[in-house]
Amino acid sequence: MTHVANAPAVAATETASFGKEASTQALLEIRELTKRFSLSGDFLEQLRFKGGRLVRHQEHVHAINGVSLDIQRGEALCVVGESGCGKSTVARIVMGLLTPSSGEIRYDGKRIDHLTPRQLLPYRKRMQMIFQNPYASLNPRMTIQQTLEEPLRLHHPNWEREQVRDKVTEVMTSVGIDPDWGKRFGHEFSGGQRQRIAIARALAVDPEFIVADEPISALDVSIQAQVLNLLMDAQQQHHLTYLFITHDLAVVEHFGTRVAVMYLGTVCEVAPTATLFASPRHPYTQALMSAIPRLEDDRPQHIRLSGEVPTPVNLPSGCVFHARCPYANERCRREVPALIAQGDGTRVACHGVEEGRL
Amino acid sequence: MTTQVSTTTRWARFRDSYLLYSFKRTWSAQLCLAIFLCLVLAAFMAPWLAPTNPYDLRQIDILDSELPPFWIEGAVEHYTLGTDAQGRDLLSIILYGTRVSLVIGFGAVILQAILGVTFGLLAGYLGGRVDAILMRLADIQLSFSTLMVAIVVGAVVKATLGSSFYSQYAVLMLILIIGLAEWPQYARTVRASVLAEKSKEYVDAARVMGLGSRRIMFRHVLPNTLSPVFVISTVQIANAIISEAALSFLGLGMPETHPSLGSLIKSGFDYIQSGSWWITLIPGAVLVVLVLVINLLGDWLRDVMNPRLYKG
Amino acid sequence: MSLLEVSDLDVRFALRQGEVRALRNVSFSLDRGERLGIVGESGAGKSVAAFSLLNLIASPGFIAGGSIRFDGQELTGLSDRALRKVRGNRISMIFQDPMMTLNPVLSIGEQMIECLKAHRRISHREARAIALHKLQQVQIPSPETRLDQYPHELSGGMRQRIIIAIALLLDPDIIIADEPTTALDVTIQAEIMALLLELCEKHNVGLILITHDLGVVSQVTQRMLVMYAGRVIEQGPTREIINDPQHPYTQGLMNALPQMATPGERLNQIPGSMPSLSNLPSGCAFHPRCGFVNDANGQPRRACLEQVPDFVDSGNCRVACHMVAEMLEEEQRLAKEETS
Ligand SMILES: Nc1ncnc2c1ncn2[C@@H]1O[C@H](COP(=O)(O)OP(=O)(O)OP(=O)(O)O)[C@@H](O)[C@H]1O
Ligand SMILES: Nc1ncnc2c1ncn2[C@@H]1O[C@H](COP(=O)(O)OP(=O)(O)OP(=O)(O)O)[C@@H](O)[C@H]1O
Ligand code: SF4
Ligand SMILES: [Mg+2]
Ligand SMILES: [Mg+2]
Repeated sequence: MTHVANAPAVAATETASFGKEASTQALLEIRELTKRFSLSGDFLEQLRFKGGRLVRHQEHVHAINGVSLDIQRGEALCVVGESGCGKSTVARIVMGLLTPSSGEIRYDGKRIDHLTPRQLLPYRKRMQMIFQNPYASLNPRMTIQQTLEEPLRLHHPNWEREQVRDKVTEVMTSVGIDPDWGKRFGHEFSGGQRQRIAIARALAVDPEFIVADEPISALDVSIQAQVLNLLMDAQQQHHLTYLFITHDLAVVEHFGTRVAVMYLGTVCEVAPTATLFASPRHPYTQALMSAIPRLEDDRPQHIRLSGEVPTPVNLPSGCVFHARCPYANERCRREVPALIAQGDGTRVACHGVEEGRL
Repeated sequence: MTTQVSTTTRWARFRDSYLLYSFKRTWSAQLCLAIFLCLVLAAFMAPWLAPTNPYDLRQIDILDSELPPFWIEGAVEHYTLGTDAQGRDLLSIILYGTRVSLVIGFGAVILQAILGVTFGLLAGYLGGRVDAILMRLADIQLSFSTLMVAIVVGAVVKATLGSSFYSQYAVLMLILIIGLAEWPQYARTVRASVLAEKSKEYVDAARVMGLGSRRIMFRHVLPNTLSPVFVISTVQIANAIISEAALSFLGLGMPETHPSLGSLIKSGFDYIQSGSWWITLIPGAVLVVLVLVINLLGDWLRDVMNPRLYKG
Repeated sequence: MSLLEVSDLDVRFALRQGEVRALRNVSFSLDRGERLGIVGESGAGKSVAAFSLLNLIASPGFIAGGSIRFDGQELTGLSDRALRKVRGNRISMIFQDPMMTLNPVLSIGEQMIECLKAHRRISHREARAIALHKLQQVQIPSPETRLDQYPHELSGGMRQRIIIAIALLLDPDIIIADEPTTALDVTIQAEIMALLLELCEKHNVGLILITHDLGVVSQVTQRMLVMYAGRVIEQGPTREIINDPQHPYTQGLMNALPQMATPGERLNQIPGSMPSLSNLPSGCAFHPRCGFVNDANGQPRRACLEQVPDFVDSGNCRVACHMVAEMLEEEQRLAKEETS
């Protein structure tokens, strides 16, 4: 496949461009991350008869194909992109819920992929995660008190009962849940309240880095604002760093320090939020921006993309976006574009931008 | 939210539960539970309820054999349901037999559940090779019938330890045989619901927290997979009782001296020709009623707990 | 007279905890070719409203009162058979999940032809031709081959296009679309909405669009309803409501949007959450969350706490709020004083 052949070239430009920024150490560094999921079941199920011979047939979902990102201390890096582009997979690899097929994750300068659960334990206290579905992220058989005490007991085994209880009361108050409700079960709360409890659980161990995978998409507009405010307050109070995944661009514009736009397992553009919204460079980012339904009364002049969304099972050659891109040319179909730094702090992976034809 | 603060105790939760609500409205469930409880109580109170002790050879008179129950000509007054071929009071022996059947049924199901839940949990949660091995094991186990396990275990034990040992520990042997033969039912059910639970985000949250696999498995996943276990347990108890009866009927189960319902049916079977039908049919009816009420209770429970039919 | 006229619709669910009133006094109308948006929080009753229009409410739900007049015909209390003539034929429905409409074991063509033949007496050939034509209308690439494909072979966006084609199949007068694009990506969503809009305009089909995305409502519809806890609390021309919402809830909803705040600042949240229908506050259901519940003296308005607000006309909009009513009265009084 072309894109595999091109991988070293990509890596070279990557390291070159990262070299310039190395002076300030990022809190989290993701380097050339790839992740494949096997679609073919176990060994016996992979055997097929082909042309009279028994061959082993394997099919993969290429969920992540060479993602490199840096997250600086104190920022909120938003990741946007359409469904299935690999946002959650990146988040889950960062949190150690999945192991990468290749690539590195460094936290505070130290590699954390491929660590054993025991070795990861000190990092669990420093990095936490908030999930999308507030209805599934609380154990239905545990009370709120039990849910919130569990991480404290684990990470502070020598704390007194009182100390644990005080801490639980403190985090519950800080997320706006009445501490008297501790004896209740998750299902007795509304979606927004459950998401607050999930946030409280993440905050209980005083983390410095939080991965939030679409934490507000399952909530109503009026509740979204509450939870978003809560996340922003927490950021201020605890000096948190966020990796924030969403598909709501309005939220990104409001919340994000920088934005990474993903398409089919690759990053196509990374930019400071204001820059990205003022002048999107990558053709996909432009299409995405024009598709936001606006409140203003002018009829949308959105960029219509032609072509089918390719699947991550049969990854297209060259630029993953070329089948839908209005500016694609021969080179786009052949060669994987590298993320190249532009003057304004933006990095774009697009031959068109590189060649200056758009 | 406008919910007021209330302390929900376990009892209060049960009192408000759909289970109790549905039970109050389903008269068939109430009737079945009542019959089932009566049978269980009667069986376990047998030493006090039964007019005679059928295990006590001194109380048996062979001359009293094959006496009919009270509504038939020729009945003797204090043998309400008549006697069997050895002259034992049928009512007493049925009470004691029901007790044996129930003990074996429950014991076997507890063994099945322990094996099946553990294996299912491990297979579902750990996945990969553990899953493949355990589930192949379950497949192999299922492809042997209970009968085959019984014959093999029975033969091995009788050959090595002698048949008097086998009949002495027949209850334990039957629990072991039926328990070993039918755990895959549990393992499969538990594995399926573990797989469903495992993909839920609270399990990920527990992993992100840094909890170990054992704690996640037993503290987080297991309690959420127990309702289907509960439901199939009823069916499994009924099945175990029937299996035991079948094995006893074939002479692989309880000895005549310590009969279960199955061995009673068997022992009476030879006398049907001679007109003493009650020796077989009365224990048979008790068995049918017992199994039927358990199954009906199981059906009701399944309907109540089926989340697709019922949404909170 | 309007094509569809709903008045005082009252829908209830008989649950074991007691009766839950999912819709109360819902009234609205739809002209031929008009596009109406229904917005509101989850559980506000949007879907129940849509389903009850076609009497698709399943037990324990039932229509307890009110009337639904479609083209002069009363739909409530109609037999199932008579309703089926309306359903799918003159009013069709698009669900959020395409798989609710599509049968996974039948090919797209079979489903469309079956639907056509159920309502019209036409031959297989004709039906197939119509189906093909509709697929062309929804701009599906290579429509011929799609007819023989199965739903699972298509992408989400394409499935939703097929659903639209099926909804248009019998040239209905009204399409009810219940969150037709929430499961889709932003770029695909924009394409589908644009398509739906274009088709409705071209064929003069009315549209009832249920969504919680104010941006979509703003771009597609001409009039909108805002629902809260089973009631309509504001209705009127979309532009006017978006630009100048009157009801405190609508205002709160608009202000809570991230677009309305400076980036990095806190959002203007509405406190609390929507009450459950079985436990509604007295008076105006919104009063515990309302920022305008206090009157000029800083005291909570008695009416807000005790009395369900009636609709008042404010310009082209109708609003159910005591505060708005008070303000209007005040204005009228001032105007009268000026003239006298
Ligand atoms: N466990 C898995 N097994 C196989 N494929 C998977 C698995 N998890 C994810 N994938 C595939 O990887 C790709 C990326 O999935 P991912 O969940 O990261 O997408 P996403 O960007 O988070 O999408 P969404 O916005 O829908 O959450 C998808 O094509 C998905 O089908
Ligand atoms: N089958 C049902 N049984 C009981 N109550 C129901 C049922 N369906 C709906 N309801 C009640 O009706 C109310 C309105 O539900 P509806 O589905 O119309 O909300 P909605 O506005 O469409 O929300 P969403 O945005 O989540 O789709 C809910 O609060 C719920 O309590
Ligand atoms: S690289 Fe080519 S195909 Fe890809 S986005 Fe840029 S112009 Fe389009
Ligand atoms: Mg995701
Ligand atoms: Mg709905």
